[in-house]
Amino acid sequence: MKILVCISKSPDTTSKIAFTDSSTKFDENGVQYIVNPYDEWYALVRALELKETIGGNVTIITVGTAADDSVIRKALAIGADDAVRIDADATDAYFTASQIASYAKANGFDLILTGKETINYNGSQVAGMIAEELDLPFVSLATKLDISGTKLTLEKEIVGGVQVVEVELPVVISCAKGMAEQRIPNMRGIMAARTKPLTIIAPIEVTPLTAFVSYTMPAPKTACKMIDPNNMDELVALLHNEAKVI
Amino acid sequence: MSTIVYITSSNGLGKSAFEAVTYAKKLGSDVTVVTTGSSDSTTLAMLGEWGASKVLVDRSVNSDDTQQITRIIATAVEQTGADTVVFSHDLIAKSIAPRLSVRLKAGLVSGATSLPTNDGGFTCSVNVFSGKAFGNVNVKTAKKIISLLPNSIQPEAIGSACAVEEFNGGAGETRMKVLSTKKPEGEIPLTEAERVVSAGRGLKAPENWGIVEDLAKELGAATACSRPVADIGWRPHHEHVGQTGFAIRPNLYIAAGISGAIQHLAGVNGSKVIVAINTDAEAPFFKAADYGVLGDVFEVLPRLTEALKKFHATNN
Ligand SMILES: Cc1cc2nc3c(=O)[nH]c(=O)nc-3n(C[C@H](O)[C@H](O)[C@H](O)COP(=O)(O)OP(=O)(O)OC[C@H]3O[C@@H](n4cnc5c(N)ncnc54)[C@H](O)[C@@H]3O)c2cc1C
Ligand SMILES: Nc1ncnc2c1ncn2[C@@H]1O[C@H](COP(=O)(O)O)[C@@H](O)[C@H]1O
Repeated sequence: MKILVCISKSPDTTSKIAFTDSSTKFDENGVQYIVNPYDEWYALVRALELKETIGGNVTIITVGTAADDSVIRKALAIGADDAVRIDADATDAYFTASQIASYAKANGFDLILTGKETINYNGSQVAGMIAEELDLPFVSLATKLDISGTKLTLEKEIVGGVQVVEVELPVVISCAKGMAEQRIPNMRGIMAARTKPLTIIAPIEVTPLTAFVSYTMPAPKTACKMIDPNNMDELVALLHNEAKVI
Repeated sequence: MSTIVYITSSNGLGKSAFEAVTYAKKLGSDVTVVTTGSSDSTTLAMLGEWGASKVLVDRSVNSDDTQQITRIIATAVEQTGADTVVFSHDLIAKSIAPRLSVRLKAGLVSGATSLPTNDGGFTCSVNVFSGKAFGNVNVKTAKKIISLLPNSIQPEAIGSACAVEEFNGGAGETRMKVLSTKKPEGEIPLTEAERVVSAGRGLKAPENWGIVEDLAKELGAATACSRPVADIGWRPHHEHVGQTGFAIRPNLYIAAGISGAIQHLAGVNGSKVIVAINTDAEAPFFKAADYGVLGDVFEVLPRLTEALKKFHATNN
C-alpha cells in the first residue's frame, strides 16, 4: 500500500498574529512553526498505523520552500518513510493542489491523506482539489478509517451527525479529529529522520486562481461588562435591550 | 450576470440556504438554485421569496458524493451561462466547492464573510488564522465561486415563490456507497444555531449538564463544549468547538466554566455577543467576552434560566 500524506506548516497555535508590509504579509517575527495539527495528529498517524498493520510505504509531501524543511523532518521523525518537497511558495490552494496532484499522478498512490484544513488559512480546499485533478472519489472530514483489501470504510462528519461510507482505493481523504491519536516522536525517530530521504522537486507551471491581497485585524473588543452573579435579570435585560440578541 | 446557488435540501431548508440566496441576489444577478436531495417542490419554491428566480432539482443523487454533485453543478453552470456559484460554507460545500473550482477553473473564496468589493477586480474577506484576522482574497478568474460563512449576512425576503423544475445534471456513476447516517432528530445543527450555550471542564462531570441543557432549551439554543470535555467523553464530538472542532458564529454564545484558551476562542470569536461565566476573575474568556459573570455555574446557570423564563413570560 502506497500512502501519500500532505503536510503543511502552520504557526504554533499560541502565536501572536500580526501583519507587515502595509498589512499585506504575515509577520513571521518570533513565530514558531509546527506541523499543521490535523496533518500530523490525524492524517500522518493514521497512515503510519495502516502501514504497521498491512505494510506499505508512507511518503509525505509539502509544497514549500527550504524554510519548511524543519517541519518535514519532524513529520519524518514521527515515522514517515520518505519526504518530497515541491520547491515553491504555496501561493494558493489551486497552485498547491495542482503540484501535489501532478506528483501523485506520476508516482501512483493508493491513498492520499490530508488534514481537515490548515490552521492559518482554514480553507479546507486542497484535498478536494487534488481529488478533482486526479478524478478520484473524495471523502472529507473522515473521523475513522478501516481497510479491508481495497475497500475502505469511513466515518465522516456531516451537518449535525455522522455518516458511514464505503469507497474503493484509490481515494483522497481529509482527516479530522477521531482518526488517530497524537504521537510524540522519540529520540530514535528524531535520529532516523536525519537520514531519511527528502527529495526536492521543481514545481510545474500553474497559474494561481486567487491571491491574498491584504489582511485586516478585527476591531478590538470593548471591555467586558461585569454583571452581578445574583442579578441575572440584569443580564437578560442587557441581552434584550442593549445587545438585542434575545 | 447570472449566479447559481447550490443547496442540499435533504432535511428541508435551513437559514443558511436563505442567506446564500440573499447573498447571490445582492451580487446583482439572476439567481438559479441547484439542489439535490429529497425536499418537496413546495418547500423549494419558497426560495423564490429570498430572490431565486428558479430552482433546478436533480433527484438522481441521494448522497453527498462530491463527484456527482460537482458534475451536476457544472452542467447547470454551462446551461445557464452563470459566472458565479455561491455555496453556504457548510461541511458539504467544503467538500464540493474545491472540486468545482478545479473543474471550472474558477477561483474559490472559501468562507466569505462579506460581499465582494471591486478592489482589484473582485475581492472578498475570509477568516484567517482561526478567526484572529481577516484576509482579503482576490479572485483572478472570470468565473468565481463563493462559499459564504453562515451568519455573515441577514437573509432578506424580497419576492414570492418561484418555479421548481426537475433537472438532469448528468450526475454519472458514484464510487461512494453510504452505509448509514446517524443524525440526532430535532436538534439544531450547531453551525446553524443563532444561540449557543457551551460548557467546559468547570461543569465537573457529565451528569451536571442538565443545567446547561435547561438554559439552552429556554433560549432555543444549541449546546456546545470545549475540547477536553469531548475528549474525555462527557459530551459528543460534534459539540466540540474551537480550533480543532467546529467554528461557529452565532448571535449569542454563552460560555459556562470554560477558561477561554486561545484555541477555544478560535472557534467562537466570530460570535456577535459573548457571555462568559467563570469563578476565576483572571479567566482569559473575560477578555474576549461582552458580558461577564464572575460566579459559580451551578448557581448562575439556573438563575439565568429562571430570569429568562420570567422574561419570556412577560414578553410573549
Ligand atoms: C493545538 C491545540 C488545539 C486545541 N483545540 C481546541 C479546541 O478546538 N477547542 C477547545 O475548547 N480547546 C482546544 N484546545 C485546548 C485548549 O488549549 C484548552 O485546554 C481547553 O479549551 C480548556 O478547556 P476548558 O476551558 O473546558 O477547561 P479548563 O482549562 O480546565 O477550564 C475550566 C474553567 O472553568 C472554570 N470553573 C471551574 N469551576 C467552575 C464553576 N463552578 N463555575 C464557573 N467556572 C468554573 C475555571 O476557572 C476554568 O476557567 C487545543 C489545544 C491545542 C494545543
Ligand atoms: N503547502 C502545502 N503542502 C502540502 N500539503 C498542503 C499544503 N497546504 C495544505 N496542504 C494539505 O491540505 C490540507 C488542507 O489545507 P487547506 O486547504 O489550506 O485548508 C492540509 O491539512 C494539508 O494536509
